[in-house]
Amino acid sequence: MYETIPADQLNTVGKKSGRVDAYEKVTGHAPYVSDMIMQGMLYAAVKQSPHARARIVKIDTKKAKALPGVRAVVTGEELQYRLGLYVVDKDILAKTEVRHFGEAVAAVAADSPLIAQKAIKLIEVEYEVLEPVLHPLKALEKDAPLVHPALGDYSYMEAAFTPVPGTNIANHTKIRKGDVEKAFAQAEWIIERQYTNPSVQHVPMETHVAIVRWQPNDEVTIWSSAQSPYTLRNLFCTAMKLPHRNVRVIVPYVGGGFGGKAGIGIEPLVAVLSRLAGGRPVKLMATREQEFSLLPCRSQLTYRIKTGIAADGKIVGQHMTMYWDAGAYADYAVNVTRASAYSAAGPYEIPNAWVDAYTIYTNKPFGTAYRGFGHVEFHWGIERHMDLVAKVIGMDPVEFRRKNTLKPGSHTLTGELIRTSTGSIDKCLDAACKSINYGKLTKAEKDRQKRTGMKIGKGVACFHKAPAMPPFTATAVILKMNEDGTVTANLTLTDYGQGSYTAIAQIIAERLGFPLERVKVAFDCDTDRDPYDWQTVASKGLILSGNAAILAAEDLLACAYDTASQALRCNKIDLAHDADKIYIKHHPESAVTFRQMAVGYAFPNGNGIGGPIIGVGRYIAQGLSHLDKATGQGNPALDWTYGAHGMIIEVNEKTGEYNILKVGSAFDVGKVVNPDSVRGQAIGGMMQGLGTAVCEGYIYDKEGHLLNPSFTDNKIPTAVDMPLEIECMVVETPQIDGPYGARGVGEHPMIGVAAALGNALQQSTGAEITHMPMRYEDVWRAIRHIEPVDNWITKSPFGSCKSSPQMQGHHPELG
Amino acid sequence: MKITVTINGQKYQRDVQESQTLLGFLRADVGLTGTKGGCGAGECGACTVIMNGEAVNSCLVLAVEADGATLQTIEGETVKGKLSPVQDAFARHHAVQCGFCTPGMIMTVKDLLARNPKPSRDEVIHGIEGNFCRCTGYQQIIEAVLDATGQLKESDKEGLKYV
Repeated sequence: MYETIPADQLNTVGKKSGRVDAYEKVTGHAPYVSDMIMQGMLYAAVKQSPHARARIVKIDTKKAKALPGVRAVVTGEELQYRLGLYVVDKDILAKTEVRHFGEAVAAVAADSPLIAQKAIKLIEVEYEVLEPVLHPLKALEKDAPLVHPALGDYSYMEAAFTPVPGTNIANHTKIRKGDVEKAFAQAEWIIERQYTNPSVQHVPMETHVAIVRWQPNDEVTIWSSAQSPYTLRNLFCTAMKLPHRNVRVIVPYVGGGFGGKAGIGIEPLVAVLSRLAGGRPVKLMATREQEFSLLPCRSQLTYRIKTGIAADGKIVGQHMTMYWDAGAYADYAVNVTRASAYSAAGPYEIPNAWVDAYTIYTNKPFGTAYRGFGHVEFHWGIERHMDLVAKVIGMDPVEFRRKNTLKPGSHTLTGELIRTSTGSIDKCLDAACKSINYGKLTKAEKDRQKRTGMKIGKGVACFHKAPAMPPFTATAVILKMNEDGTVTANLTLTDYGQGSYTAIAQIIAERLGFPLERVKVAFDCDTDRDPYDWQTVASKGLILSGNAAILAAEDLLACAYDTASQALRCNKIDLAHDADKIYIKHHPESAVTFRQMAVGYAFPNGNGIGGPIIGVGRYIAQGLSHLDKATGQGNPALDWTYGAHGMIIEVNEKTGEYNILKVGSAFDVGKVVNPDSVRGQAIGGMMQGLGTAVCEGYIYDKEGHLLNPSFTDNKIPTAVDMPLEIECMVVETPQIDGPYGARGVGEHPMIGVAAALGNALQQSTGAEITHMPMRYEDVWRAIRHIEPVDNWITKSPFGSCKSSPQMQGHHPELG
Repeated sequence: MKITVTINGQKYQRDVQESQTLLGFLRADVGLTGTKGGCGAGECGACTVIMNGEAVNSCLVLAVEADGATLQTIEGETVKGKLSPVQDAFARHHAVQCGFCTPGMIMTVKDLLARNPKPSRDEVIHGIEGNFCRCTGYQQIIEAVLDATGQLKESDKEGLKYV
């Protein structure tokens, strides 16, 4: 929409401006759910399983119930509700069997957090410990215990997913394009490798928190740190069998989400406690430790890629198998699997492709959406693979990429035609290469090598991502004019830090021709008052809500023009407006101000016309389709955002230690709406990606106990971990159906960072690392060609972290 | 136990449980919720306040230890509704995203600047390394601090590059 307006004719879009929420946040005034206290509020606490898999023999809550100040105690057997976003597989509290370490088995609500904690300790649970299924490949073996023996009885979203009853496979997505075997027969080289990454934690600074009041008349109010108020309400009503009108979800400021707060979480549990306590509001705020085990993480991935390459370096066929470790529940992991399958090759044209992507149940904390929605994980594989293939065929990795990138006229894995307006991966790749002086060392870099004794390496990685969402995803914006001619926008796309509301305000100001200060986007999303939005995920917010905002602004203007044409007694077609008034084009002195019309226009004699000026903008994704279940062919992508990272590092080859000297990243964002917001997303995402590349990951022992559920043992990057230099670049190839040509870039900066690091390490030292994160010891091993170890399920919490069963049984076959 | 504390120039007297942390005291007993809790273990820095002139993780201090102390929290940073230079720079530089780490981060910066009014980029980095920010990647925070202290170089202002 409006993609053709030249930049010099835009007043607000594309211009620097502060964030609309900055004042509230820098002063500490912004209210988060964690800050809220209600009259008569009780505090909840959760009893969690110490085992990965166990039968619940008995739960004794008598002592807890007898503790003074305890108002409600609940166990799974008392609750007959099952939850699930795509596969309905999760009880609110474990019933008969616990499926992962940290799973909730009982909960209490009490007068104070301290009493609630004491009560939890008084709940006695007797378990019969069972052998857990921890490794996703082990879970596929014929005799593997089933995490969900009743999988065949669960309801699920049939249009998109395919569970396999009688196995641990929660979903199997297939993509079939061309004839892979024929292509392999004609290939000069066939190269097969396998890449892995562990589960990681989102780490929003505000842990999950909810307050719920379930009144005796079954009217429920939920205050939550949720990303997606309407999806939360929908899933809640479905599980609880309540009419949607009975349930109100309110989301104020949220302290980060990154996908971890996208679906439904602790709200149903808090709700049943409130109901048991007679309708008193109950609050539960997850501890940091619970954030790692009670709440979901990002799924582990094992990705196997077999590529056929022709003599000229063109990829002729590719066979891809993804083993996604869902953990104990399917949640978003089935959709991560689906989205990853249709993007699996990265931004490259693969004429003949075969993808099998499996979501596999194991007895571990479950996976959910995480910034990038699978793309961070599989791009680690595909972009390392590009460099490893290039090495084998004796071609420069960037040249090999350029030969194979998607270009106008290319077709994606699902058969979608790439057009010029789709964006340009080549321009992003060129910019990233230029930013790091790819392929050579500058004089300063050579001097630095001499001075430090460390070896400098350079690597690049490309990526693409489209929003993973239903093809009919919808949203709406309501725009209301206030008495003074300012406007307030209501929507339920949430802004938990991304800067979406600032961008939406800029888009509205641009379309209305108003100064930005006259536009407010209201925080505190409220499903009783604000219009529908599917979910705040997938980097779809800017396009969908941005378009809805434009349509709302148009509608508001139409409403104002109606009133003005009556007030001025003229045809609407003869009217124009500026920031303050609507006037007759050929008699500009005949005008009526927005302020005069805002809540209805009054003639001098008191007669009124019009009424309050509002605008409604409704938008739904267009032209998208479900994927064919047998072949994966179809049109799933609202838009593709392309990008590339270039990285310069220096490595101490003796120790494996390395420093990151520079990251230069380029993204084809279509059109920059707010330069500082784009840069903030770019750098923040890059650093989050670097965290998972360098140090983050869940470590389990052989019994499936999570060993590092804390910041002490699961580090995230601090300021000292920043690259010495960061360069953020944008390419602007307008998206035809994007607001002013813009497309989403919230998740993308995180994708490909790890592979760029791995590629730079390989370029400088020859180290062929195929698993992330790349800790110094991993680099040290790889430099020495010492077999990598499976670090993520260890024999004991102490010692070497070496374990079995090992993935090294699959040796790469080099053609 | 009864304690008396001066917070942002105001005296507060409260009866507190011995196990209450300073963080819990500020948020629940006094009602100043600008200070956030992120981990409860002194790892993330979200709960940073200034106690007797020094930055502390308020989740690691017991309320009773603060008896008689002088405290500054984010609520005292704004004078008559006007942002302090550090707050203003944070707002202008998009050094804020979700905002949850921001109060603690600003308190840490205040403490840093009290000891070192013109910190170099490297000194800023080491000054804030105890405060996690999962959103920004720190760059715009560092630029904000350098700007607030009048040190932002032209080359640092380049920002987003259009190619």
